[in-house]
Amino acid sequence: MGDGVAETETMSGDGGAARQSRSGKDTLLDARGLIKRFGDILANDRVDLVINKGEIHALLGENGAGKSTLVKMFYGSLEPDGGEILWQGQRVDIGNPAAARELGIGMVFQHFSLFEALTVAENIALALPNPGRMSELANRIQSVSRDYGLPLNPDDIVADLPVGIRQRIEIVRCLLQEPQLIIMDEPTSVLTPQEADLLFLTLERLAKEGCAVLYISHRLEEVKRICHHATILRHGQVVRECDPTKETPASLASMMVGADVASVSASSQKPQIGETRLALKNLSAKAATPFATALNKVSLDLRAGEVVAIAGVAGNGQGELFDAISGEMQVAADMVVLDGKPCGNRNITWRRRQNAAFVPEERLGHGAVPGMKLSQNIVLTRHRTGDKLVSGFFVSNANAGKMEQRIKKSFDVRMSHDDPEARSLSGGNLQKFVVGRELDRKPGVLIVNQPTWGVDAGAAALIRQALIDLARSGSAVLVISQDLDEIFEIADRIAVISRGYLSAAEPTADMNRERVGLLMAGGAEAQGEVA
Amino acid sequence: MRVELVKRKEHSRKMALLSPLIAVGLTAIAAGFIFSISGHNPLFGLYKFFIEPLTQEWSLNATIAKATPLILIACGLSVCYLSNNWNIGAEGQFVVGALFGSALPILMPDFESAATLPLMMAFGAIGGALWALIPALLKTRFNTNEILTSLMLVYVASLLLDYLVRGPWRDPGGYNFPESALFSDAATLSTVPGTSLSYAAPITLIVAVVLAVVLGKTIKGFEIRVMGESPRAGSFAGFSAKKLTLFSFAIAGGLAGLAGTMEVSGALNQLLPTISPGYGFTAIIVAFLGRLNPFGIIVAGFVLALSYIGGEAVQSAMGVSNKIASVIQGLLLFFVLACDTLILYRIRFVGRRGSAGEVSHV
Repeated sequence: MGDGVAETETMSGDGGAARQSRSGKDTLLDARGLIKRFGDILANDRVDLVINKGEIHALLGENGAGKSTLVKMFYGSLEPDGGEILWQGQRVDIGNPAAARELGIGMVFQHFSLFEALTVAENIALALPNPGRMSELANRIQSVSRDYGLPLNPDDIVADLPVGIRQRIEIVRCLLQEPQLIIMDEPTSVLTPQEADLLFLTLERLAKEGCAVLYISHRLEEVKRICHHATILRHGQVVRECDPTKETPASLASMMVGADVASVSASSQKPQIGETRLALKNLSAKAATPFATALNKVSLDLRAGEVVAIAGVAGNGQGELFDAISGEMQVAADMVVLDGKPCGNRNITWRRRQNAAFVPEERLGHGAVPGMKLSQNIVLTRHRTGDKLVSGFFVSNANAGKMEQRIKKSFDVRMSHDDPEARSLSGGNLQKFVVGRELDRKPGVLIVNQPTWGVDAGAAALIRQALIDLARSGSAVLVISQDLDEIFEIADRIAVISRGYLSAAEPTADMNRERVGLLMAGGAEAQGEVA
Repeated sequence: MRVELVKRKEHSRKMALLSPLIAVGLTAIAAGFIFSISGHNPLFGLYKFFIEPLTQEWSLNATIAKATPLILIACGLSVCYLSNNWNIGAEGQFVVGALFGSALPILMPDFESAATLPLMMAFGAIGGALWALIPALLKTRFNTNEILTSLMLVYVASLLLDYLVRGPWRDPGGYNFPESALFSDAATLSTVPGTSLSYAAPITLIVAVVLAVVLGKTIKGFEIRVMGESPRAGSFAGFSAKKLTLFSFAIAGGLAGLAGTMEVSGALNQLLPTISPGYGFTAIIVAFLGRLNPFGIIVAGFVLALSYIGGEAVQSAMGVSNKIASVIQGLLLFFVLACDTLILYRIRFVGRRGSAGEVSHV
């Protein structure tokens, strides 16, 4: 612990000044000079953070900036290597999550930790130190959840509930412990705009009651809308503190990235719409597992020169739709038509040879093999596409290496040494590689699932621009995304998927967030039933 | 003071080479400990077990003869294991291969020509492959667990062998001993001129080299490695998991069957109720100790063959049960698998407490 204290004392510069201005008698949590090291990487470098009562405090930063590491130290699941945490003026040692809850710190995770086979009440009972009698707990759940505008039925089985409700369970579970500080990690990434609005009301109410919220999000619009204060991390250090209400999403983004983020230019060029490249006709498929989504009569025409986006909340059939279009899941021949050729029963290699290209949602383990070098990962999708990567039986490592260099250069893929294993790349860099690998082919039809999921702002802008440029050059691009900002930025037409039904694709100019939100929340389903 | 495993960003090439050596070293230490608790001088025991067999020509030849089937079987198994197919039944595929290969000299003893041996070997490979395809088909068709089905078929195969040598295939002039007639000269795998090694050794060497090229340089080898590491990415690449399961089981069974035929034709010259001292199981250790790489497998095959010879040596010299060989083989597999952790993780010693559970997240 010795060196940690020394570190804190040596750094009474600008961080100290910020602390003096912000910490006071209302200060709930005061972190001073927190350091966390993982091997050679300094994940948190002398981080200072002050959270006051009744404050919604945004924690911003790109992927890998150290946000998760920091909150894990507050929640007791990581121990700092240096620095100290003061809770209501007292120095505390948060050894584990139970100790954090004892103090009054609760956390709602990005990935839910719920048992699907159990009921709402049972899931909550599992997380409480003294759940008491189940019937009493059920009553408490009902009253607390109704009180905060997050109604829950304690007897529902989690597996039957949509994601928005599952998040409610996590929040109510947290509220039952009467926390003074709630940490939320990307809470709106799984919600429809309407569900998110409900969540914001709850957060504002909590703040009014004096509870503090530490809010991690990539969505700068909503940070500006609901947060009172923002701390921005870059490379493990606090680079700025600001009042987000006085900033614009663009200025927040440039603070996070440390440079101006190039804005994507979609509307400047009018799309030259050509003939239909990909047609889905009444595409239906049964759910392969109990937790998968069935596809119901999905129809869509994707034409040359345009970007069509499919919006929707996670788990509404996006993965299944992608698999059916790519050929990883085969369906009846005429359900998928590529350039006039029915191919629903053809495999992915055949479709690639028809000049179609695919980028799946999961970069590591689906789009790329984690333990293989990037050059080998190029062979993965391009071994039969006429790129001279395979001659006879033999793989040409030389040609694969050349392509790796080319993709690295044109998509700015950063790596610590040449041709590393895919797993060693950061999310944004790997995504640039996986997208670049397909764009390098100049495909006639490109299907991308969540093109910028978990990707930092700089890489996201580059990828979006590349998708638009591909469409303007005469290809057809289909983007499946949960990010509405992204969709409105790049799409020419928008369709919405809900429970395996797809709404008709309508020009972006005729759509707005409210309408997309209604379609997400089941409108697409109703439309599909009629069709 | 606490020991943490810290995940590496990439595979460590150094550790991939070092881990088998560390495992061999740890096995020697553990074996020495076993010798000493059973009342023997551990250094003398280790010398008799690991070193002495290498100093004499006859025992060196015996080591090569034992290493040959181990290497051949392990080469086939490496294809299975690299592609995530857990074939544990090479022992049975070895036996069935030997039966198919022996059918010709036993049922048609008068068929003696230059084609006899090549035909026997082809039959042996086909027999082993067919036997291996049973668990493969069960897996692709009905989703059964191939570990269980391939293992159970080992016992079926050895009972089949037992029945045949005691019943229909027993040598009519053999005084009712449970063994087949001796093979004719045309059905006997001869020795390489000028040595006492059978042709099985060079054939095995060629197979290993070809396999190394296939795995390292060809698109099939690429497919095998992709499927083993990430089946979802493999199907995204357009590879079929089912076809590859059938392919890898057929290759493994075929090579095990070939090894079985060459063993009965070269070393034994007839069918006996027991034709293998557990080659098919020991080859699993060989495959992993050799890093699932054909050249590594050649080295590992010698190490494990040595354990058979060494087991006999300590039995005769020190009166230790020759079961010690199985114990040491088991220890070796245990240490190899444990040391493999070091390829993707490194050990860090930490002075003060923290939460080890989170460390691997980075």
